[in-house]
Amino acid sequence: MSFFADPRWGEALSHLPDYLGNHVRVSLAALALGLAISLPLAILTRNRPAPRAVLLALASIVQTVPGLALLALFYPLLLAAASVTLAWFGVSFSAFGFLPAMLALALYSMLPVLRNGITGLNGIDPALIEAAKGVGMTALQSLMMVELPLALPVMMAGIRTAAVWVIGTATLSTPIGQTSLGNYIFAGLQTQNWVFVLFGCFASALLALAVDQLLGLIESGLRHRSRTRTALGAIGIAALVAATLVPTMGRSSQSYVVGAKTFAEQYVLSALLRDRLQAAGLSATARSGLGSSVIFEALKAGDVDLYVDYSGTLWANQLHRSDIKPRAELLTGLKTTLARDNITMLGELGFENAYALVMPRKRAEALGIRSIADLAAHTSTMSIAGDYEFFSRPEWAALQKAYGLQFRGQRQMQPDFMYAAVASGEVDVIAGYTSDGLIAKYDLVALDDPRHAIPPYDAILLLAPKRGGDERLQAALKPLLGKIDIATMREANLRAASNDANSSPDAVAKWLWEKVGK
Amino acid sequence: MGLVTPTLHGRVNEASPRPMPPRPMIGYDHVTKNFGLLKAVDDVSLDIAEGEFVAIVGGSGSGKTTLLRLANRLIEADGGSITVEGEDVRSVDPVALRRRIGYVFQSGGLFPHLSVADNIGITPKLLGEPAGAITTRVDELLELVQLDRGAHRDRLPEALSGGQRQRVGVARALAAKPRIVLMDEPFGALDPLTRDALGDDYRSLHRSLGLTTVMITHDMTEAILLADRIAVMRAGQLLAQGTPAELSKSSDSYVLELLRTPRRQVERLNALLPQSGAA
Repeated sequence: MSFFADPRWGEALSHLPDYLGNHVRVSLAALALGLAISLPLAILTRNRPAPRAVLLALASIVQTVPGLALLALFYPLLLAAASVTLAWFGVSFSAFGFLPAMLALALYSMLPVLRNGITGLNGIDPALIEAAKGVGMTALQSLMMVELPLALPVMMAGIRTAAVWVIGTATLSTPIGQTSLGNYIFAGLQTQNWVFVLFGCFASALLALAVDQLLGLIESGLRHRSRTRTALGAIGIAALVAATLVPTMGRSSQSYVVGAKTFAEQYVLSALLRDRLQAAGLSATARSGLGSSVIFEALKAGDVDLYVDYSGTLWANQLHRSDIKPRAELLTGLKTTLARDNITMLGELGFENAYALVMPRKRAEALGIRSIADLAAHTSTMSIAGDYEFFSRPEWAALQKAYGLQFRGQRQMQPDFMYAAVASGEVDVIAGYTSDGLIAKYDLVALDDPRHAIPPYDAILLLAPKRGGDERLQAALKPLLGKIDIATMREANLRAASNDANSSPDAVAKWLWEKVGK
Repeated sequence: MGLVTPTLHGRVNEASPRPMPPRPMIGYDHVTKNFGLLKAVDDVSLDIAEGEFVAIVGGSGSGKTTLLRLANRLIEADGGSITVEGEDVRSVDPVALRRRIGYVFQSGGLFPHLSVADNIGITPKLLGEPAGAITTRVDELLELVQLDRGAHRDRLPEALSGGQRQRVGVARALAAKPRIVLMDEPFGALDPLTRDALGDDYRSLHRSLGLTTVMITHDMTEAILLADRIAVMRAGQLLAQGTPAELSKSSDSYVLELLRTPRRQVERLNALLPQSGAA
């Protein structure tokens, strides 16, 4: 029974109205758009074999693109489109969250709708189409009064498949900024909170199952011409949609959005920032699990109001600088450059979360390795693991160049699994983070960087352009500046990485505030 | 008589010894229809007078269905001309044409998702008649084709027997009060008793409503029993036409063979069954 006594279930439940409502909203919109595109296409191509084949082939190709990749593709695509419309028509739109998620999911829903639409329409007894003509129907009347009603059960089966796919794939829209039931899964994976992962899986599976059953009821009603069943299914769907959407409606859209990237420290910090804003009487929500460049663009566009980034990351990735400057100089340079985009750099939190090459302490001592320069002699027989972005980041190129590193192999891993992997000898070295509590937990050591190939990574608080003059916001955040030292952050991260009742980001954020808030 | 076109007038005078025939309800004039290399209808001329019941008899692939469908433009002719009530069908909107000609499909052709009443009322509905008038008309028609209003009105076609379905098919064809009814092997799939009853019932409807009927059948017995005049088709050509008595004077061996079949059947039946039982 202690399993369900875990307070994290309650915490998970408290997020449900928000996550479920957004999940249903984006799924519904995607399905509606997908239907609006595919049904006319199915109707138009029903008697045209050549375009029909092309259409089905295209839809099949879309289906082979992994859901996560398709979602990720729409973000830069829309970003480019938004800048074009801004340049040509002076209007821009948000490429973040709802829109890219809806478009990608709509595309994803098209294949089953198209395929079943075409099958349904082509499967009608030609004698009935002849009869429709014979009693004096026009082509359109034949379509509306005979062909579509007769094809409806088969079409409905396609819509049902599409709905289940969309609901399942929508869990992957979290990294591009669309809140969904995937927030549980992504947050749970990052912070080793298996209660959240389980909760997210169950919630989305239950939703998919419920929708599938209700649409199945409609389908069977249409197939057996039972108005009762069709009506019951339709009422069920309507009730489900209403029940999930109503709690999130009328909620203030003026609320501040606190962004978080995809790792535990960011989850904790965003929870901390959100709590601080709420304590100051401001309405705030956390939008977590966002990709590194997604989150910066979202801040620039005002879709995210504030988040914590790291000086070295911005310096290299957003400003595309390859030179390394001393810590203070880099911060001043960053502040002026960001100000050109009207982004306010409010200040540093006090700790640094730098990339560092990390290996087991005992092995390093045995090999006499203290710095990356010492490591270079051994790399030809060693493998290295990094997070999903590390090997494409400029820091990695800089490291390789500065020390002549030539590893035998390199692997990408979920950040929180890397430490266990290097501790167990699965890989020899990892690109870890200096603020990570797991370094101490697994008795690892972060190697020195004597040639300063890795820039400093001060945690800095950024505000969106529209929040630049927001004094209430800044007043609520200022007490945090300079207060979080590396030891405290490491301990917080260690807590977040453990898998117990007090390891949820919200709980750790409260602990952190008690430590630094005084 | 101003409606009679000069061509029609001329042709009729050439082809027929009768001095001034009435304008045909349906007139086929040297009509041709090809499907690829196949000559489905090959230079057919045939006039059907008002009030006539004509059966087109032929085997499968003889072109009889094609000939029928040319009249309401379910199929378009390649050559020759077709008139309906004096108008060249090419000058009439095909949808409007089909709404004013009743059509009974093989095995009903009823829409499975619509009730009996909705099936029957479909053409008046397409013509934009008010719902109240359609309801009254449907009830009239159900009575006309001897279906029970209460029991059958709101059923789906799948709940009906084959004979009932075909009765609904006839009712649907009559719903918009057409002057012409085309029937494509309407009773072919029914059991003999139902078939006989339905044939007789339709024959009296034809007479009482003053319809002009063209019926396709492969069954010479049925044609002889129901029709005033019979047209025999084979390989797209019209071999012979006339009353059963006229046909029996034909020189064509296929026509004579077709006519002999019912007689042979009767003789065999008479031999096999005692006279009282046959009644």
